[in-house]
Amino acid sequence: MIFANLSEKLQNAVRRLRQKGKLTEKDINAALREVRLALLEADVNFKVVKTFIADVRERCLQSDVMASLTPGQTVIKIVKEELTNLMGGEVAKLAAADRTPTVVMLVGLQGSGKTTSAAKLANLLKKQNRSVLLVAADIYRPAAIKQLQVLGEQLSIPVFQLGQKQPEQIARAALEQARREGYDYLIIDTAGRLHIDDEMMAELVRLEEVLQPEEILLVVDAMTGQDAVNVAQSFRERLNLTGVILTKLDGDSRGGAALSVKAVTGCPVKFAGVGEKTDAFEPFHPDRMASRILGMGDVLTLIEKAQSAFDEEKARELERKMRSRQFTLEDYMEQLQQLKKMGPLNQIIEMLPGIGGMGKKLKNFDVDESVLKKTEAIILSMTPEERAQPAIINSSRRRRIASGSGTRVQDVNNLLKQFAMMNKMMKQFGKMEKSMLKKKGKFPFM
Amino acid sequence: MGLLGNIKKGLQKTRSMLQGRLGALFSRRRFDDDFYDELEEILIGADVGLQTSLELVEKLRENVQKGRISEPEQVVDLLKEMLLDILGKETVPLAVSEEKPMVILMLGVNGVGKTTTIGKLAARYRKEGKNTLLVAGDTFRAAAIEQLEIWAKRSKSDLIKHQQNADPAAVIFDGIAAAKARGSDLVLCDTAGRLHNKANLMEELKKIYRVIGKALPGAPHEVLLVLDATTGQNALAQAKVFNEAANLTGIVLTKLDGTAKGGIVVAVARELQLPVKLVGVGESIDDLQPFDPQEYVEGLFAGEWI
Repeated sequence: MIFANLSEKLQNAVRRLRQKGKLTEKDINAALREVRLALLEADVNFKVVKTFIADVRERCLQSDVMASLTPGQTVIKIVKEELTNLMGGEVAKLAAADRTPTVVMLVGLQGSGKTTSAAKLANLLKKQNRSVLLVAADIYRPAAIKQLQVLGEQLSIPVFQLGQKQPEQIARAALEQARREGYDYLIIDTAGRLHIDDEMMAELVRLEEVLQPEEILLVVDAMTGQDAVNVAQSFRERLNLTGVILTKLDGDSRGGAALSVKAVTGCPVKFAGVGEKTDAFEPFHPDRMASRILGMGDVLTLIEKAQSAFDEEKARELERKMRSRQFTLEDYMEQLQQLKKMGPLNQIIEMLPGIGGMGKKLKNFDVDESVLKKTEAIILSMTPEERAQPAIINSSRRRRIASGSGTRVQDVNNLLKQFAMMNKMMKQFGKMEKSMLKKKGKFPFM
Repeated sequence: MGLLGNIKKGLQKTRSMLQGRLGALFSRRRFDDDFYDELEEILIGADVGLQTSLELVEKLRENVQKGRISEPEQVVDLLKEMLLDILGKETVPLAVSEEKPMVILMLGVNGVGKTTTIGKLAARYRKEGKNTLLVAGDTFRAAAIEQLEIWAKRSKSDLIKHQQNADPAAVIFDGIAAAKARGSDLVLCDTAGRLHNKANLMEELKKIYRVIGKALPGAPHEVLLVLDATTGQNALAQAKVFNEAANLTGIVLTKLDGTAKGGIVVAVARELQLPVKLVGVGESIDDLQPFDPQEYVEGLFAGEWI
């Protein structure tokens, strides 16, 4: 991957020039060139990129950036801010009708994930104790109705269908039933269609007339390339789009299409599909997407995950021990267990800044969770005394631990070696921190 | 109307485009930075991919500097030539197996059109008088089996299926066994859409691939990756990972009847030497065509630009 890590590249570009003392327009252009390439690599439409870069350049050239002590950071911050602004600042909510049902229509190209999203959205609403009626209005694709019915059955959500009858007719009857039976939400799954197919687009316009929906959500595949703008523009011209659902975000695409679509339609991305299961569907976080598009890692998501998984008390205790260098194997194991709670390791690694494009390489090597299990088993086979004082573990103890944990003596040796190294590093870190404090300095990268 | 019609339409658009975007480009009559930037944008806009686009433009620049090109118009001809060098100049047909049955495995991420492509491909082979057998290897997605069932009826093909959530490798094994017993000419295996970054699903695919080889030595004869023309840079990552898992023999580029150009196949062909063998240009059963690189390259520069 050429753009392994944008934030690093940017910082390098700026750092090199910072040594000269003052940041010039040329320096900023060099940095913005990297941003441009990163955005293009993320599939943001080239026209959107052009406008975006021009805006950022203007802001960067304001004197306070040039004069700031950390121009590199400031440029990145501006880029991220502008990107977040463009994506829409806050998490957008689903509209609610004055009187039920709130009607939500899903539209989009073939294969973007409308049927799956319809079921996932219904499921999300159901979990919030709303009653939902799903409507199968894709009368063209073979077994599309059946697909929605199967999903509805799995989720215990009713599905309205009239076979291959005209979509308007289906919509009218569904709306009537939803009103009569007092459903909170009516979600209509429409057929996938090409934005240049006039006849099919006209069908959607008729559906909009019949349903007068509160929400028309364009379903967009996160892997979409440059054409996203054409698609979004065409749909927006014909329909009163109110939002976007970004699907297949669990893939490793950078999802620049989100930005293109937002720029063209002005509609916020409201939800994201993030997995194969029906509950893998979330409200969309624009700021996180901005990081992802830039390849800066989804720090926020990581922090949130860490916060929910880590017991704060324990974390503080751990920190104290690390500082006072009383970190034992017992603590080490506890730490591993906390880590495991955060979810599959390769998912976490992907979210780390600095991994960026490298994440793809990492995927091939596939984080081996069995190593974690092995480590846990080894430590569990030690006596409390051994865990507190690894130094007492002689070769006979090593053999016992190995056979007790079903591992080899080498594995036990490796673990002890690693642990010793870790402790050494912590000591160094502690010293470093002290000397830093004396100088009252900050880390160079902070 | 089919591909030819589409291409013709495309060519008409090319003319209007030449007066438009490219026209504006050539009216400059000067090889300055803006000229190359715009050329780069045309390629990037067609999803040819950033790295490939940058390199192609760089090569053009070299040619200009060496004096091989003096007129901006010549640039397009050279560019087309360079693209054909990457894509190959001739249509690469699907493999023909000596013995029966020939096995085709269809792969791809979710929603690219695997099942539809199988339906259309079966119809093509049926027209040639071949006996086709479809295998419902997508046991995951709701109603995927029913969808293939409808295509089997439409194309008058046999169908082998299990229940939903069954082991896909087992279904495919049964399908090949049935084809051998019935003397079918062709087995077309559908698989569930899978994102290439899901290790467990890629492992499942490797197993499917191994099992096919066991069911019939020498099979699968074609392993086709279906790519959606609207997909951007990610298609390259898809091709790489799928290729590692199941030794791809070619690409099917679907949904070319929209405004997307599917230019990422240029990057795929360049990096993995994988030929595009088929293109999908419409919804009807006949809208699956052999890939013609010459026509495709013409089309790459055609179309409207917003």
